Amino acid sequence: MIDDDFVNALLHERDFLSIKHREDCLTLNCSPDSLVDFCKHLRDEQTFDLLMDLTAVDHGEEAKDRFSVVLHFYSLVHKSYIRIHVLCPDSQSPSIPSVSSVFPAANWHERETFDMFGIEFSEHPNLKRILMWDDYPYFPLRKEFPLAGIEVPLPAADVAEVTGADVDPAPMMGGPFVASGNSRMSEAEPRAKDESWTEESEKPL
Amino acid sequence: MISNEVGYNSKIEGEVIVTRADSVINWIRKHSVWPMPMGLACCAIELMASAASRYDISRFGMEVMRFSPRQSDCMIVAGTVTYKMAEVVRRIYDQMGDPKWVVAMGACASTGGMYRSYAVMQGVDNVVPVDVYVSGCPPRPEALLDAMMKLQGKIGNESSVSNLSKKPESFKVS
Amino acid sequence: MSTTVKEIQIGDVGAQAASHANNERMSLNVGPSHPTTHGVLRLLMELDGDLITRCEPVLGYLHRGDEKIAENMTYNQFVPYTDRLDYLAPLANNVAYAITVEKLAGLNLPERCEAIRVLVCEMARISSHLLGMGVFGMDAGAWTPFMYTFTEREKLYTLFEELTGARFTTSYTRIGGVARDLPDGWLPKVEKFVDELPKAIDEVEKLLTRNRIFLDRTEGIGTISKDDAIAYGLTGPNLRASGVDLDLRKDKPYSGYEKYEFDVPIGTKGDCYDRYLVRIEEVRQSILIVKQVIASMPSGLWYAEDAKKIFAPPKEKVMTNMEELIQNFMIVTEGPQVPSGEIYFEAENPKGALGFYLVSKGGGVPYRLKIRAPSFCNLSILEKLVPGHMLSDITVILGSLDFVMGECDR
Repeated sequence: MIDDDFVNALLHERDFLSIKHREDCLTLNCSPDSLVDFCKHLRDEQTFDLLMDLTAVDHGEEAKDRFSVVLHFYSLVHKSYIRIHVLCPDSQSPSIPSVSSVFPAANWHERETFDMFGIEFSEHPNLKRILMWDDYPYFPLRKEFPLAGIEVPLPAADVAEVTGADVDPAPMMGGPFVASGNSRMSEAEPRAKDESWTEESEKPL
Repeated sequence: MISNEVGYNSKIEGEVIVTRADSVINWIRKHSVWPMPMGLACCAIELMASAASRYDISRFGMEVMRFSPRQSDCMIVAGTVTYKMAEVVRRIYDQMGDPKWVVAMGACASTGGMYRSYAVMQGVDNVVPVDVYVSGCPPRPEALLDAMMKLQGKIGNESSVSNLSKKPESFKVS
Repeated sequence: MSTTVKEIQIGDVGAQAASHANNERMSLNVGPSHPTTHGVLRLLMELDGDLITRCEPVLGYLHRGDEKIAENMTYNQFVPYTDRLDYLAPLANNVAYAITVEKLAGLNLPERCEAIRVLVCEMARISSHLLGMGVFGMDAGAWTPFMYTFTEREKLYTLFEELTGARFTTSYTRIGGVARDLPDGWLPKVEKFVDELPKAIDEVEKLLTRNRIFLDRTEGIGTISKDDAIAYGLTGPNLRASGVDLDLRKDKPYSGYEKYEFDVPIGTKGDCYDRYLVRIEEVRQSILIVKQVIASMPSGLWYAEDAKKIFAPPKEKVMTNMEELIQNFMIVTEGPQVPSGEIYFEAENPKGALGFYLVSKGGGVPYRLKIRAPSFCNLSILEKLVPGHMLSDITVILGSLDFVMGECDR
């Protein structure tokens, strides 16, 4: 049972942990250096042996700590989840230790997080891209990367030579259509987020 | 006396039919199109459903779904083509022997569909020349069968005899 | 006559093959386009004769950028994208996504809505397992079960079409309810279908379950131990076939599942044959659940009435009342207003546990949506599982894992 006694016992003498909230499940903040040991403790002593998910959240370019890695564990005994937030110390080249030695399931999740966000996981056995092709130069899920994509050459050079195709950006006709909240009704009508360009007229520099 | 019936009477003409070479070649080709299902995503399920018992594609002679490009005539691109997959689609198209046709099944294969994103190629016609586009997300099996019938019509109108002596060109998008 | 010389890159597989020129190893690329109908998965394999010594799966051939798209769409606009995640059971994905957002918004749904969702989830489970087992038989060499299961699936498609308008890719749920109520006369048709279904499953079982060839091909192949299954994050029938009792419908019931009685089949050995047996039994249990839901279908509304800024009001009121018109406009243009916070919810999908991790900063568009795909986690075990088997076991192992690349790559 995840009750107050459990939480107090878990936090006892672990000052690298702090409670973030307990709204839908117990959510803890953890520091990157003690992550692997705490995961081992969760798996061996606290029966949280199923790593359900490992992902990251980008808080935006202006945030102080830009990337945080989120892990979800499930316990078959307690029948509930635990969520751990880990803030990456360096926002320019984020890196935290890998938990794939403790949970083999984390192997592919960490590869995907590296692929999408550019977060390096130290001591990962095989950290390369998994969803995009190996030479792709950008990290798609970062907030400054546009949904339409950025032009890069097609991954296979011989196909590109024969067909003349390459990876073109696919804008949503001037950007996604959104309605701005908190304004007068006449201005709240959905309009393109970026009205300065469409498929016919180029984007002004 | 002009007769509206088909003019073949075995007592008069023996066992010989005189016609244009194109008619015979096209008639043979269009009634045994062997598709190569490039089943990538959800449209592949409707492709399988059109090959199953209810919407029998075997009525058209197309139930022979050869997954080997060497043994097939028509590549049905069913599903979203991502940039990572585009190279594979083109290579398999190159391995098919002439004459070959391509059917872009579904919205994703025709124009990228509802996935206007960084990883999806907006239409498979960027890498292979497409003969028939089928709309729908996913298209009903009846829509796919209608498309195959249109492809049959297109094959029937080809000038196959003059194509026999032509050298194959590589496809270049203008 | 001049010949042009052209250099082709044959890629990493070719390089590996060249390095093996003096040994007996062979590099084989089971390429992204191959006859197992699970989709575009590439396996880079090293073989020693017929025995596989190394296997590395390459994913990403169907990566469409769903998570990035989610950050640009309102909550209701994203529902069609959830259809195409696990495209064999689209209704189950719709329900899982809708429940996630509703939990964050703190909505309580009426009983009829929950019962409808359970009903369509179980029908989607039947549909997915039927296809999974038909294709598994085809992978092992049996063509007839595929035809039989597809005939049953066509009946299901007719039922879905009457309910939602589309054969599959239904986009049936909305945040706060479902798109429309059950049509008149639909429930008796569903009941007739599930009354006739056990016979069809018996026919498939007669062809496969005691078939000597099928047993030889699947028994003892692809055995996943209990510890491995837990360590690699497997969920769903794959995990249960290895002996772990985890079914989210029983352990963390959602949408009213606690009202219905059903058993959860657990396997013993964790090989391909066990996974097949678990799925066939799950179809039978789903039939029981469907019958219970039909017998006890409560009356009432199919949407949450107190979801003022979240669920669009009924059309008659929108056309006549000012307040409902304004609400409809705001919900359609700005999106359902969901409070800020984060939530993680997993539903028991036919393939495993489909999880949605949603971070919202208020407003109608999510800030971050992560889709925890069961097939992604199920496939991570391939690197450990496959070496030691023979090449002809590959199709059987892939068929028994029953994954879908649409949700694996998202």
